Amino acid sequence: MGETVSELERADEPRVGTPRWLRSLAYWAYQYKRTWRGSLTTSFLYPVLYLAALGVGLGSLVDHHVHAVSGVTYLDFLAPGLLASTAMQVGANESTYPVMDAIKWGRTYFAMLATPLTVKDVVRGHLAWITLRLATVCAIYLAIMDAFGTLRSGLAVLAVPAGVLTGLAFVVPIAAFAAAQESDRGFSTLYRLGLIPLFLFSGTFFPVTQLPRWLQIVAEATPLYHGVALCRGFVLGDLGFTAGLVHAAYLVALVAAGYLLAVRSYRKRLVI
Amino acid sequence: MRPPSQPSSEPFPRQLTWPTVDPSNTFEAPTRALPGSREPLVVARGLVKRFGGVVAVDGIDFTIGRGESYGFLGPNGAGKTSTMRMIACMSPISAGTLQVLGRAPDREGPEIRRRIGLVPQEDTLDLELTVLDNLLVYGRYFDLPRHVVRERADELLDFVQLNERARDKVDSLSGGMKRRLTIARALVSEPELLILDEPTTGLDPQARHLLWDRLYRLKRRGVTLVITTHYMDEAEQLCDRLAVMDRGRFAAEGAPQELIARYSTREVVELRFGETEPAEVAPRLDGIAVRREILPDRILLYSDEGDATLEQVHRLGLTPESTLVRRSSLEDVFLHLTGRTLVD
Repeated sequence: MGETVSELERADEPRVGTPRWLRSLAYWAYQYKRTWRGSLTTSFLYPVLYLAALGVGLGSLVDHHVHAVSGVTYLDFLAPGLLASTAMQVGANESTYPVMDAIKWGRTYFAMLATPLTVKDVVRGHLAWITLRLATVCAIYLAIMDAFGTLRSGLAVLAVPAGVLTGLAFVVPIAAFAAAQESDRGFSTLYRLGLIPLFLFSGTFFPVTQLPRWLQIVAEATPLYHGVALCRGFVLGDLGFTAGLVHAAYLVALVAAGYLLAVRSYRKRLVI
Repeated sequence: MRPPSQPSSEPFPRQLTWPTVDPSNTFEAPTRALPGSREPLVVARGLVKRFGGVVAVDGIDFTIGRGESYGFLGPNGAGKTSTMRMIACMSPISAGTLQVLGRAPDREGPEIRRRIGLVPQEDTLDLELTVLDNLLVYGRYFDLPRHVVRERADELLDFVQLNERARDKVDSLSGGMKRRLTIARALVSEPELLILDEPTTGLDPQARHLLWDRLYRLKRRGVTLVITTHYMDEAEQLCDRLAVMDRGRFAAEGAPQELIARYSTREVVELRFGETEPAEVAPRLDGIAVRREILPDRILLYSDEGDATLEQVHRLGLTPESTLVRRSSLEDVFLHLTGRTLVD
């Protein structure tokens, strides 16, 4: 919905002309000023630690016995999966407590809604901010993967948008869920029963073909599986066109459905 | 009552940019209580707010004119905050009609909210950001250019006496300072209508007086104020007109002095009898006052001639331990209209 300049506006009113959702994004960027150092450090540190310990350390053991996982070294196999999983984790962190904070504790959303911003602007601004965060995290991850020498294809750079999409497939529905929560108790359940099992069994650490048949079907139905497959396909350069399309369509559908739910859930909670 | 003496620095020393300073939209009302002659900024007819089965606001009518300060007075749960939130276009109305600045809140919320400032009951400041950053970020919501917000922020922080704390985190401010910052923040967009939901609740007397002084100055600049409060002195000092709300309805509406004249007598005689229960003495006081009220610790006699009434009491041979003849206050009206029972 565009903004129309009504006769209500005074002609001399100074205005920039920024779309409303971008003004709400500006808040999140503003408050990031106080935490960016810590969050950037972990964005560099975790990939290095994980890739060194699991990719190189554990990987040397795996490679010694198996010679190749899906035709590549364990490090090469693992790295793109970790990129997708990291996007999921960062996304979940950004869409649980910060959303609840903006509703319950800091009440930032209510501050925004007392101004020209609408519920949709609030939702879009926050999601846009998380998208930026995901893009930064994924780009750093890819750079570190390059330093470890794990990029096997010119398409590897597409793992960044693929990682962002993976993250958003969690972020948007989780934000809808978070906005409906009365307390943060639901979040620990979400992590314990949802995100951690996904992290372990969605093909990040080993191909899902290793799982029993029925578990494999379950794993293949989860969003992280598709995110991992998409990122890995780009990085290793072995992504089939149809497979890529299916993975991406699955994630996009989840983002779209999540967005509709989020607007509803935010409206129900904020407009009372 | 006088606010504590201020350093003589006038707020906004350089330029006065408040909307009503513009002569084209200023209306100098001849007297203070002539709502009909002012441009109406808020018009409500049969306004209702329901939460599920609970009726919070039960069909109220009011008109608030430009430049007026209008107060909603009432006990907790009377529907004041719900009314404020509807006027602020943050809460949809359940029935009736509401116009704010000549517009319909359900269709033109963003346009209306652009022109109003809200001081909510619970602060929504970002505690981790500095005082100045809170203003800058809020100004961005209104799409104001950064340099404009910077200029206004300096003036506003002077106005609310927080300029020395500009670089401090909000977390470190006292309650009164946070309230003042919230008011400064609501003024960043130079609103025509400022909505204050219990602006001084929980503040110490000094902080309240400072806030009153600032609100009074805003009122003099022509900013329309809509205030909820349960402090009588606040209502009496700040409001041209008042609505006394009780259980979602208006129990009365009018200028403070009008309400006192209408719902109370000119004076009140308070009698305390020490050991003797007021209820035992009460029957002997039949017919000597316009109205009387028996409280656990004292008896109130409502009378237009307090001294004469007190003399009558003495002539009846009663010897109260202590007596007090005072002018009727808004509190008498309020308690008369909304009752003394605690509503929670």
